[in-house]
Amino acid sequence: MTKALTPVVFAGHVDHGKSTLIGRLLADTNSLADGRLEEVIASCKRRGVEFEPAFLMDAMQAERDQGVTIDAARILLKSGTRQFRIIDAPGHESFLRHMVSGAAEASAAVLVVDSSEGVREQTRRHAMLLGLLGVVRIIVVVNKMDRVREPQPVFDRISAELKTLMADAGLETHAVIPAVARSGEMVVRRDGEKGSLLAWWAGPTLLDAMEGLPDEAEAIERPLRMPVQDVLKEGDRRIIIGRVESGKLSEGETVLLSPSGQTAKIAGLVAWPDDAPTAFGPGDAAGFVTESRLFIDRGEVISAVSSPAREGNQFDARLFWLADHALRQGDAVHVRLGTADALGEVLKVHKVSDAGREGVVAQDEIPTGSIADVTLRLRRPVALDDYRDDPVTGRFVLVEKGVICGGGRISLEGYQDQGAARRAKASHIHYFASAVTRADREQRTGHRGGVIWLTGLSGSGKSTLANALELALHRRGWSSCILDGDNLRHGLNADLGFSPDDRTENIRRVGEVAALFAQAGMIAISAFISPYREDRDRARAAAGEGFHEVHVSTSLAVCEERDPKGLYQKARDGVIKEFTGISAPYEPPESPNLEIDAGSQPIEICVEQLLDYVDRNFRL
Amino acid sequence: MDPLTRLESRSIYILREARRAFTPMAMLWSLGKDSNVMLHLARKAFGGRVPFPAVHVDTGKKFPEMYAFRDRYSKEWELDLIVRDCPPLADTDDTLPPAARSAARKTAGLKNVLKEFKFRALIAGIRRDEQAIRAKERVFSPRDASGAWSARHHPPEFWDQFSTGLPEGGHMRIHPLLDWTERDIWLYTRREKLPVIELYFARDGKRYRSLGDQDITSPVASAAQTVDDIILELESSKIAERAGRSMDHEAEDTFERLRSDGYL
Repeated sequence: MTKALTPVVFAGHVDHGKSTLIGRLLADTNSLADGRLEEVIASCKRRGVEFEPAFLMDAMQAERDQGVTIDAARILLKSGTRQFRIIDAPGHESFLRHMVSGAAEASAAVLVVDSSEGVREQTRRHAMLLGLLGVVRIIVVVNKMDRVREPQPVFDRISAELKTLMADAGLETHAVIPAVARSGEMVVRRDGEKGSLLAWWAGPTLLDAMEGLPDEAEAIERPLRMPVQDVLKEGDRRIIIGRVESGKLSEGETVLLSPSGQTAKIAGLVAWPDDAPTAFGPGDAAGFVTESRLFIDRGEVISAVSSPAREGNQFDARLFWLADHALRQGDAVHVRLGTADALGEVLKVHKVSDAGREGVVAQDEIPTGSIADVTLRLRRPVALDDYRDDPVTGRFVLVEKGVICGGGRISLEGYQDQGAARRAKASHIHYFASAVTRADREQRTGHRGGVIWLTGLSGSGKSTLANALELALHRRGWSSCILDGDNLRHGLNADLGFSPDDRTENIRRVGEVAALFAQAGMIAISAFISPYREDRDRARAAAGEGFHEVHVSTSLAVCEERDPKGLYQKARDGVIKEFTGISAPYEPPESPNLEIDAGSQPIEICVEQLLDYVDRNFRL
Repeated sequence: MDPLTRLESRSIYILREARRAFTPMAMLWSLGKDSNVMLHLARKAFGGRVPFPAVHVDTGKKFPEMYAFRDRYSKEWELDLIVRDCPPLADTDDTLPPAARSAARKTAGLKNVLKEFKFRALIAGIRRDEQAIRAKERVFSPRDASGAWSARHHPPEFWDQFSTGLPEGGHMRIHPLLDWTERDIWLYTRREKLPVIELYFARDGKRYRSLGDQDITSPVASAAQTVDDIILELESSKIAERAGRSMDHEAEDTFERLRSDGYL
């Protein structure tokens, strides 16, 4: 059986001796591979310096030359029955993002303080960040006790100061220990290489204190949360995959998907090569299939119907900011919550603290390395949890150009659950919809309502066909309506761009609007490239019966030769990126209701074909 | 959850994140114990089939047993296998020590593969406990257009959120096994009953801990005949895993120089 491993981060101000302390800990617990110590001794000799235990962790040339840790290193330490992963976090403020990256994976921290300097800027900042990162169990080492003349009173003073700081940062002080890392006193052994300076200390050594840390706490029973990572396609099967972050996912259970608001019954759990279990628990890499076909994608959160994830597009947060530039009120932000990405803005900056110093520093600007209380507003609702309810799904990161530049935790105090409000409303609407039926409406207009969904490459003739059809229908007194891409982008979809996500959202909205027109008894004609099967399937599901997919199958060669707007040329020149047919895929319908090739026959014939189809399918 | 399942589950999470973030992407298969575990994890993550190519950058100097293993299991596991040869030694940096130059061929071969297939991400089976420079790696680690690596500019990575941004023309290295130890690899190999190349077991009192090119890898003293023996041996051994890899010991900065240029 593998022993449980406790990750412990060593943090603190630059030059307070973190790497030296770790080096000493490794050497004195005999945790180093053969030859490693000799290699470091040789390196020190070459540089003409005294033996430097920090070189065990500081393996990069720049680190050894400059005597500073740049990036966090990890190394294993074995002691008796315990195993630790030691994480050496850099103390220099330029490398704060490396410190955060190392510290976040720890379950406890050793905060190192130089006795001759006491609490410094990075001591305080690291303490505050550890609190925000959720690393709350702290051992403090007051190092370099050989540098002060009266060790005992100095230690008492620094201890008292540190305990206040720990409480401010929301941390639990597990122990405060005086030590001399260079000689090894109170690290693993009680006495140092050059005699004993700390004989007055009756408390534990650092290793004693580490061995006394509790094992990884058992996950507290919490309701089900599983962010969807992806959907695997296996023939007709759609396997929803993700990690169960909390709670239990069981076969036969009905779950809620947020923010789409769908519910689904879990038909079966999926595993390979083992037999599927009857339930997945916290931390499990899970996969399942649902009873009915759903339109689900990455970013949705699966939760228990009995205690669902909340939904909203606005929340309060306490965040730490790591980018090189300041974050300001009104700035656009990209927020990632679990697997969901959403764009939004910093609606309000309430309070900024430098984190390295006490007190509030600014009101509306969040400089690098500081901590702030803010309100964030997103462009669309997402699944949310308050961090006090679920520390994992209750946190988020900020992203710039794909690079993570901050993180924070969510507070929903005072916010309404938009999901609950919508679920209540949804049942309400159903009541009205049944008062006037579709048949009632169709009786009045004299034809069926429905959606003519034209799909095909740019320049294939979709718009020409749509306009001709509308004119013909109007002349005979039928009610119809064209959903045009440009027009919708001026109003309803003004907030959307051309990223894959935004395109999908654009088509989703068109599908929903088309469905509304169809329910109102009209013939909605949509003329979008809509290259993805999945997107069209979603539109079909929104419309229900009365959805007619028409593939305008004019070949790419013909479309490119026509090129009425010069778009293909631009795509070939690389001016337009991700252009359907050139640099982005077009997925043709597998079984369209009608296929029209507007490349090999005159457009009049094509219009005839379409009208004929509409006559056969929409006349009462 | 037991520690091995925890490691497995997190690696699967990483692989699933990577697949969603990068296309086209490939997994590097060196035929050693680590990349065999990695392939198995990829099969688990995606329902039994590895949904991206497995790339073997062939130095032409692997042991015959390794080629036999590759040919057998690429079929058995239905891999989309890409094999490409490395350029000759003469094409590598002649200021590097001899064994490191030999290793640098692999970097050059890797760069050719990137150029040919335009992969945006490569999944590699390196671990932090192997080597002090690798100990500083990220799970998602960006490389620039020349393949170069800079630890100083590592993006932040925490809470299992991974930075996916890349410099123009660069690619991402994905490291799903970063937190595994050598012992974990063997415990998992045993638990999942994965096939093992015979070279890892002792013959005439010696076995290979780590498999590289024939001319720059040497076996270590051992009596381990089975995976169980290997696990027992590792509990007491203090010999570094890569002790038999001569490139690691030629000069203090060799490994860092190799890595800065795009080595694994």
